[in-house]
Amino acid sequence: MLRALLFPLSVVAIAHAELCKPDAQNAFKVRISIKTALGDNAYAWDANEEYLFKAMVAFAMRRYSSRSTTQISNVLLCNVTDRVSFWFVVTDSSKNVTTVPGSEVEAAIRMNRNRINNAFLLSDKTLQFLKITSTLSPPVEPSTPAWLIVFGVVLCLVVAGIVFLIVSGIQKHKKKNKESTERENLEEKVEVTLENGMPCEALDLKAGHINGVFAADDERFTSL
Amino acid sequence: LSATPEIPKEDGRPKWDNKFQYILSCIGFAVGLGNVWRFPYLCQIHGGGAFLIPYFIALLFEGIPLLHLELALGQYLRKGSIRAWNTISPYLGGIGVGSWMVSVLVSLYYNTVLTWVMWYFINSFQEPLPWSVCPLNENRTGFNEECYESTAVNYFWYRKTLNITPDIAESGTLQWWLILCLAACWAIVYLCTIRGIETTGKAIYVTAIFPYLVLTIFLIQGLTLPGATEGLIYLFTPNLNTLKNPRVWLDAATQIFFSLSLAFGGLIAFASYNPKKNDCEKDAVTVAIVNSMTSVYASIPVFSVLGFKATTAYWDCLDRNIINIINEFDLPEESIMRQNYTSWISFLNSSYPEKIAGLKLKSCNLQEYLDQSVSGTGLAFIVFTQAIILMPGSQAWAILFFIMLFSLGLSSMFGNIEGVFTPLLELQIIPKSAPKELLSGVICLISFLIALCFTLGSGSYWIDIFDRYAGSVPLLVIAFFEVIGVVYIYKIKRFSKDVEWMTGRKLNLYWQITWRFISPLLLLIVFMAFVTLQMQKPPSYTAWNPKYEGFPMKEEKVYPPWVQAICVLLAALPCVCVPLVALFHLVKQKRRSKDPSLVPPEVFSCHGANS
Repeated sequence: MLRALLFPLSVVAIAHAELCKPDAQNAFKVRISIKTALGDNAYAWDANEEYLFKAMVAFAMRRYSSRSTTQISNVLLCNVTDRVSFWFVVTDSSKNVTTVPGSEVEAAIRMNRNRINNAFLLSDKTLQFLKITSTLSPPVEPSTPAWLIVFGVVLCLVVAGIVFLIVSGIQKHKKKNKESTERENLEEKVEVTLENGMPCEALDLKAGHINGVFAADDERFTSL
Repeated sequence: LSATPEIPKEDGRPKWDNKFQYILSCIGFAVGLGNVWRFPYLCQIHGGGAFLIPYFIALLFEGIPLLHLELALGQYLRKGSIRAWNTISPYLGGIGVGSWMVSVLVSLYYNTVLTWVMWYFINSFQEPLPWSVCPLNENRTGFNEECYESTAVNYFWYRKTLNITPDIAESGTLQWWLILCLAACWAIVYLCTIRGIETTGKAIYVTAIFPYLVLTIFLIQGLTLPGATEGLIYLFTPNLNTLKNPRVWLDAATQIFFSLSLAFGGLIAFASYNPKKNDCEKDAVTVAIVNSMTSVYASIPVFSVLGFKATTAYWDCLDRNIINIINEFDLPEESIMRQNYTSWISFLNSSYPEKIAGLKLKSCNLQEYLDQSVSGTGLAFIVFTQAIILMPGSQAWAILFFIMLFSLGLSSMFGNIEGVFTPLLELQIIPKSAPKELLSGVICLISFLIALCFTLGSGSYWIDIFDRYAGSVPLLVIAFFEVIGVVYIYKIKRFSKDVEWMTGRKLNLYWQITWRFISPLLLLIVFMAFVTLQMQKPPSYTAWNPKYEGFPMKEEKVYPPWVQAICVLLAALPCVCVPLVALFHLVKQKRRSKDPSLVPPEVFSCHGANS
């Protein structure tokens, strides 16, 4: 009885080895960099993680419309290295000993990439499917570019400063003009004749003394 | 003239609020972008610490004497450059006109460099910094090709900022974002120079002192970065052999000369607002030494950051190789680290040489990264911006760095604009009743409109031309004529007496010797060597051409003939003013002597009578 079981098991094993090997048809290489992603919180890659991986691939195939009956046993892993890297392939349960076309697997993985990454706490870069390119996330474009806002602020400040300086300049100019015209008006009103720095009105001519010496000698001189 | 009484004349000329403002303005004018992005480069390529020797010799025999000459001249004559040289001798009036022209040309393109700085500044407020990531291509399958092949930093500079054309003959279109920034820059310049030194004197407190603060912050931060010590050791290790190369001495002389902003007329203008009895000798020595010390001080953070960048690039190179090896041999992660990389490589090379050869690993050499020397805009906008991305808190560092560059350039712009503004004010281009604000507004508006040419796709090529031809040879010629004019036409004895009267002590033998013989001789030698070097090869430039087969290397191109003609024009026009004006006056004098009835009452060479 045991021999009866052994034969089909060995056939299955050989068939698996045939389907899953490096560079096999419809096989994909996966490269995982746990230490790079998680540093000190890195977990070890063991059989349980492999089981999770198989489950995630099966999940991805199930979500992808035409393969809703994929089982975990359909996902074959091989050539696991210390790196950690391995090859996997998805077999078709309906047709014996064949693999699901690579394009379907690729599409399924691409559709669910985010879920697969998150299951392992990794990212596109640290959980690499070597033949499957990831769509890059669109750049975050705010409605107004940030630089325009800063530019607006700077320009407003500068223009405010210029306007302030010009207005204060005009005001100073007006004040200086007003002052100089006021001073001119003041000087016009008081038309003072200055004699030796003193206004003539201050000199009381009546209070002046006639110098007798000169007055007395008037008749002595001959008239011209 | 020695009997001139000391009555301070109220001549209505604006004056500095205090001495510190004046010194700070001179220092701000001298300390500019060149101190940060040219001096460290020269130190690097000319044997590190050994470069300081020719630098300080040039400072002693060329920088300080010429600076003292200009400051003393401006202070004594109390006039801007055109009027001052007319006063010394009408035959020398051309010197003033020449330096005014150079100031105009330099103002035009210098503010466009500040436009670029402003553009980077306003882009530094984003997360992530726009020059750190490549944009995606149209169908979002990969990165933009031009960006991918060069680097994100290069792409942002050449495409997003300049939108550069592959050839100088292709002008391209006006870049609207640069026009906006250019308008903002000229508005800022107008704001600060609106009433001449009244307003620049207040602004200079910020623009001259702030860069020192930022340099200190960068110094402290730079020294904590990994790889900073490698950069500093590399910079300051003297290699005395380079001193045998005459090119080193020429570069030192030209660096000192251009760094001190001599022969622009701006220093004469600044000094003309001083009271007559001011110690110009001490001022000159102070300004020159502070300028040189700033250059040396600035090179420390620059080289710390460059050392950091080189180390990071070296580590990146190593890491890339390590990943390739680990992937190829399926070794566990972190089995090869940077420390044991060399031992692993030798082991693998001996065991699996074909596999290793197949990987095409790049040889990583730290010295090679340190040797990459860049100066000018490349240093600020490519190398430094790349280093800033690698620092934690890059937005803050980018903002600080670009504000510092802006302040450095702005304080130099004040000097340039003053060199344009003061002579125009004195020539009374606008009626005396019109306010000063109008003249400065007109200057800024006209300059803005002309500088729009630099916002074209080919603008940066033109700025290189202006920098190389308008801002170099004419200055040497003008400075040479300045020294000859003062020493041999105005006569050194007279000038010594003037300076003695101003400073209150007799002129040192050092000044006599340098002014009479050493400085003019040095200027002549430097000029001839400079011109010879320029003429040795046909003037060429490097163009950024994405279609070039050697891309991302820049393509060497020769200037077309019409561009070469413009180069010659730019260099010759200010120089030619000197003999032209002398000739003009000679002809006028001859005609006047032939016909005595034509003699108008004229005051000839009356220097002390009017202030």
